[in-house]
Amino acid sequence: MATRAKKSPARTAQTSAVKAPKPIQFTKEQELEAYRQMLLIRRFEEKAGQLYGMGFIGGFCHLYIGQEAVVTGMQMSLREGDQVITGYRDHGHMLACGMSARGVMAELTGRRGGLSKGKGGSMHMFSKEKHFYGGHGIVGAQVSLGTGLAFANHYRNNGNVSLAYFGDGAANQGQVYESFNMASLWKLPVIYIIENNRYAMGTAVSRASAETDFSKRGISFNIPGIQVDGMDVRAVNAAGEEAAAWARSGKGPMILEMQTYRYRGHSMSDPAKYRSKDEVQKMRSDHDPIEQVKARLIGNGWSSEDDLKKIDKDVRDIVADAADFAQSDPEPDPSELYTDILL
Amino acid sequence: MPVDILMPALSPTMEEGKLSKWLKKEGDKVTSGDVLAEIETDKATMEVEAVDEGTIGKIVVPEGTDNVKVNSVIAVLLGEGESADTASAPKAASDAPKAEEAPKQDAAETQSATVPAAPKTEVAADPDIPAGTEMVSTTVREALRDAMAEEMRRDPNVFIMGEEVAEYQGAYKITQGLLDEFGPRRVVDTPITEHGFAGVGVGAAMTGLRPIVEFMTFNFAMQAIDQIINSAAKTLYMSGGQMGAPMVFRGPSGAAARVAAQHSQCYAAWYSHIPGLKVVMPYTAADAKGLLKAAIRDPNPVIFLENEILYGHSFDVPKLDDFVLPIGKARIHKKGTDVTLVSFGIGMNYTVKAAEELSKLGIDAEIIDLRTIRPMDIPTVIESVKKTGRCVTIEEGYPQSSVGTEIATRVMQQAFDYLDAPVLTIAGKDVPMPYAANLEKLALPSVKEIIDAVKAVTYTA
Repeated sequence: MATRAKKSPARTAQTSAVKAPKPIQFTKEQELEAYRQMLLIRRFEEKAGQLYGMGFIGGFCHLYIGQEAVVTGMQMSLREGDQVITGYRDHGHMLACGMSARGVMAELTGRRGGLSKGKGGSMHMFSKEKHFYGGHGIVGAQVSLGTGLAFANHYRNNGNVSLAYFGDGAANQGQVYESFNMASLWKLPVIYIIENNRYAMGTAVSRASAETDFSKRGISFNIPGIQVDGMDVRAVNAAGEEAAAWARSGKGPMILEMQTYRYRGHSMSDPAKYRSKDEVQKMRSDHDPIEQVKARLIGNGWSSEDDLKKIDKDVRDIVADAADFAQSDPEPDPSELYTDILL
Repeated sequence: MPVDILMPALSPTMEEGKLSKWLKKEGDKVTSGDVLAEIETDKATMEVEAVDEGTIGKIVVPEGTDNVKVNSVIAVLLGEGESADTASAPKAASDAPKAEEAPKQDAAETQSATVPAAPKTEVAADPDIPAGTEMVSTTVREALRDAMAEEMRRDPNVFIMGEEVAEYQGAYKITQGLLDEFGPRRVVDTPITEHGFAGVGVGAAMTGLRPIVEFMTFNFAMQAIDQIINSAAKTLYMSGGQMGAPMVFRGPSGAAARVAAQHSQCYAAWYSHIPGLKVVMPYTAADAKGLLKAAIRDPNPVIFLENEILYGHSFDVPKLDDFVLPIGKARIHKKGTDVTLVSFGIGMNYTVKAAEELSKLGIDAEIIDLRTIRPMDIPTVIESVKKTGRCVTIEEGYPQSSVGTEIATRVMQQAFDYLDAPVLTIAGKDVPMPYAANLEKLALPSVKEIIDAVKAVTYTA
């Protein structure tokens, strides 16, 4: 006679149950820094979209509009030498890392002054100086590579952490979990930032993911995860500080699920018919990351409309200068065809 | 200054579209991100968003207009205090030059720009081995281990990672003793996770470390081939030279013995296709040692293809403190006058035996061991063919798009007038590797096939 197997002990979810830290209040300086940074990304991306429309930018062009709070808040939690790697929606990450608007825009237009001398394009840009390791066009590849950056920090025992950004779509790639396993096994200082913007190209999260709470994706690897309001730069920053402290102290990786939203289509040639206009409009009017900061700056009496207009103008000038440069800078010399293949 | 709003291209191929609907009218204020209009392309209806702030001064193209060319002015946006009068007169003439500024693909295609010549790289010759140097009989296995140990002593940035490389001492014992000497920080056992650890290795290399990534066999590296090609091989180019992947991917490739289709495959031709990689496939223990040391020092990603059967073969290795060989240089294994045999790796096994048989028939074969598949030392092959007028290639990989077909093409192009017979290519048969002993033997090249081919090209059959 069959005996009933003993009930297995309840699964302990100790590692995944990390509570999202409360958004800390920003100082005036932090609010202004975040405002300026996010505005730069937004205006840059709008300009990139325009230049794409004019035929100056070719190929694919994936805009970051709507998601600005994620990279801005995370970057504010880093220290010198920490590394960043991401996928193909990368312009915002590069600007947040301090790479020049001219260099990024000229790369988008394929000119010699671009960060990759015009040979990489929108999806493939790098900066050794700013510790930005790309810019990767293969969905999910940056997760293993970012784990490798953390491996190198661990190997060198230099106290730095690496940030590996990927989307809700990439979160279903196999190598992501291979990387989770090694990172946790070896206690590598890496922060996995899942930018959940609700759509993998045109496929809604619920249509592609059996578990839509991405902060839980590390449970079976003992990697703690936090769900974060990715539209609130303060919440992002608070989670970033916590994850960086965790990773830096030798405890290994942490997963941050950033709940965010992209206003534009997947790429420039996406009519975005998989979601309603109301949905987009509601996010823009109720949750816009830049408007949130602006409201606080004015509400606290820290800035006047005129003060913010001045920042707006400064940012527009930077973007206009980048766009002018990107249109007037010459294309690469033909001799560049055969350079940088082997050292 | 008034700003022209242009008809946008919304895909890389769009040339014109229909302006189906205006969502703003003249006099409306707009800010960045506001939807101005809808346009229809051949694929979809898309929205045009405002980039700049201002007031719509004039709508130039009314809604419902078909075939609106990309980059033509569809409206004019006014800044504060500007009027439509000063702005408009939207000078159709001035639109054209603007459109021309954007690089047009078709223009580039018709220009037939001169393609610059691929640069020629000079590869140094093998170092001289001083007279009186002691030669030590060494297995390929030991030579590979010695190479890694010497380079790990020399450079603290060198480490090895892979399955069973540490505590197990290597699935094929190539890493024997390394854990004891260098410890677990530098001799890293990985989980069975090729795609993942290949990516981890590339990421570490991008920071300047020098990983040696061991694949238990290269068959398993197919799970990792995206990281090898898309990440390791292309990053230097895509970053404009800022960073690359100075690393070695190594392990056995090709057929072993009776391990059947999924474990018996030569990857020489596969990886030789890829710009940004170097591909090395040694035969002798001395070459294995000298070339692996070179591969570890090389600032580029190097695919280092070994062979399970050769691991136990012994060859003389010069006893020198630092024996490093040049990547990209073929080695003349045996001088000869009648026919040029070109092979590499385990293919050399058949070739050397065939040459011995041929000499009994009075045919003096020259044997070239390529050693490096990419960059390929074609000049050495051409020089030999100019002398012999005949060429046969030998390898274990599949016949189509093989290393041999590449050599045959280059010889045909560069030494056509010297050829007295067509170049013959001997390869594995065009079949997945069978398990049965007799079938496996048939699927691989044989000494007899080489002899027959040489007889054919020397017209001595």
